[in-house]
Amino acid sequence: MSKGFGSKIKNISDTNLLLTITVVVFFLMYIGAMIFQGEGFLKAQALFNILNANAALIILSCGMSIVMITGGIDISVGGVTALISMCCAVYLDKAGGSVAMSVVIALLIGLGFGLVQGFLVAYLEIQPFIVSLAGMFFARGMTTIVNTEPFNVSNEAFVALKNTRIIVPGMGSVNRLGNYVDAYVEIGVLVALLVVIVLFCVLKWTKLGRNFYAVGGNSQSALMLGINVKRTRFIAHLLCGVLAGIGGFVYFLHVGSGSPSHASGAEMNAIASSIIGGTMLTGGVGNIIGTFFGVLSLSTIQNIVSSAGLDQAWWTGITVAAMLCLFLVVQSVVMAVRKKGNAK
Amino acid sequence: MQTNETKKTGASAFLGKMVRKQVMIPLAALLILFLFNLIMDPSFFKIELGYNSAGNPVLSGFLITILDSGSELAILAIGMTLVTAATGGQDISVGATTAIAGSVLLRVLCGTNSRPETLQAPIIVAFLAACVVAMLFGAFNGVLVAVFKIQPMIATLILYTAGRSIAAWINNNELPVVSDKTLTYFGEFIPGIPIPTPFFIAVACMIVIGLVLKFTNLRLYTQAVGINENSSRLNGLNPVFIKILSFVILGLCVAVVGLIKVSRISTINYSVIAKDIEMDAILAVALGGNALSGGKFNMTASIIGAYVIQCLTTTLYKFQVRSDALPAYKAIVVIVLVIVSAPVVREKFNAFMAKRKVKEAA
Repeated sequence: MSKGFGSKIKNISDTNLLLTITVVVFFLMYIGAMIFQGEGFLKAQALFNILNANAALIILSCGMSIVMITGGIDISVGGVTALISMCCAVYLDKAGGSVAMSVVIALLIGLGFGLVQGFLVAYLEIQPFIVSLAGMFFARGMTTIVNTEPFNVSNEAFVALKNTRIIVPGMGSVNRLGNYVDAYVEIGVLVALLVVIVLFCVLKWTKLGRNFYAVGGNSQSALMLGINVKRTRFIAHLLCGVLAGIGGFVYFLHVGSGSPSHASGAEMNAIASSIIGGTMLTGGVGNIIGTFFGVLSLSTIQNIVSSAGLDQAWWTGITVAAMLCLFLVVQSVVMAVRKKGNAK
Repeated sequence: MQTNETKKTGASAFLGKMVRKQVMIPLAALLILFLFNLIMDPSFFKIELGYNSAGNPVLSGFLITILDSGSELAILAIGMTLVTAATGGQDISVGATTAIAGSVLLRVLCGTNSRPETLQAPIIVAFLAACVVAMLFGAFNGVLVAVFKIQPMIATLILYTAGRSIAAWINNNELPVVSDKTLTYFGEFIPGIPIPTPFFIAVACMIVIGLVLKFTNLRLYTQAVGINENSSRLNGLNPVFIKILSFVILGLCVAVVGLIKVSRISTINYSVIAKDIEMDAILAVALGGNALSGGKFNMTASIIGAYVIQCLTTTLYKFQVRSDALPAYKAIVVIVLVIVSAPVVREKFNAFMAKRKVKEAA
């Protein structure tokens, strides 16, 4: 897997320095974890577990990156995820609905948020932060209005889907009892990888993707080039909403329950992942592959911290923040140095 | 505050008109809320004089609650307005740094013992320590924003993520309890005075900032940096210093709020203290009609905006809305507010009105 990405990265590195930094840091960190902490990190399943736990975050971060590339921000994704989990859970468990319909519900909720927020941001020109702040408040509040108590879903078809494991051939390991255990990923990971690949292609090779970069880089010149700036912004927020819908369902599939406290802080993790992945909030700079590695870096450092015995709750917060800080400063310094180089 | 209306000469008279216009936004919102309450249930305006458990006279009623809780928000709105004006971004870490300030305060008051019989240090010393720490964290945010040119929201995201953890770490995750009654004076009532103390603290902060804005160039410099950083530098200002200064002032405001918050319950709950207050503070600034993208600001409007936000919260509580469902209603109000005040909508509306006038004339 790493080889495939390796060759891809070489091509991108010329155009995106920040991406290279992210990928290098991720691999250094992971290799460091393998050497110094051994055990858990040596198994392929450790990486797959990170993927399993963060499939939803990868999808959410992709949506966040697209919005950030166009110069906006969407902090409602965590709330939308919680709302979707709760709605789907109530629909499956209390209304006895089908799994297929719950997917549709998830997508519709995401689409609804994307439509409204996109319209307000793009056509009424309200600051995206305020719009999505209201979106987050609304989603969080609605979640508790739908149902207050957290509960597990016992719908058979859903549980069967939740427990479906896709075996990755040749990556298994031998456990303590000497039995061979297959390495596996959940369905959500496949969805996430698909999303990453599709969005990577969209951003790299389609007109729409280039419009995103153009609008984020300089909306005035984008307008002069004949790009429909408003529509591009609208589509970015719409896409982010739909991705929040997909991510919300993947999250629901992973946890299999509905709760108002689900995905708390997911928006901040998504923003952090995007930034670590080299996306800049000022717009015009960013990459989906970087975002993917941003999520992996973020969760790897969390795993390292918790397996190093620093399991008091506060250490996770502090390390994530320290990492975010480090990346922000590095990015800022690198960009400043580059700018100076260009000026000369 | 009278600072805005003191200038009377040509251009500034025009400016004064605009300022008065801006103050109208939160006032109109307040009026709508009051009217709504008057129609639904006039008991909203009832104020009763009662006695608390210590036998002191206290006023109670929904309006007093608004004055009480809104004061914390108003203090934060002062700092948030300056940060918004200077940097064009917002500080989303105020809730987390409030936790840090409160934690430091309790740490100094309680020393190593988490349940001391007597205070280990005078409250003023503890408060000053909290101020210094909060200002340092403010300066940290400021340096990230001004020196490293990181967007304010993202730079403060760092402390937003880590702040509560740091607060817990300062006290070894213990929850110190102060038994001394003097501490409660700052968040509840001073014996003999029936009005909640936070209101007096807020008024003091307003007077201080009013005097500072009147007698120093802070307003001019902050606005200049917010409107155009490069040209203000070419004019001899130091944008880096001004940006950091605005964050440090916000840090000071945060420390005051931390004192009030801790004083209310004589202890601290790291994950709950000042939760979501950053959102309310930002909303207060927005509701005051200040552009969230920086530049000109109106302090009075922000402060009124803070009380309006609290008025909205209290109104919702009064109608038996559960505290966790509250955000949904707030969000609807916020969306309506921003849509109405959006420049695009206003332009369209004005054009529509002009068209109608023309039609009527013809």
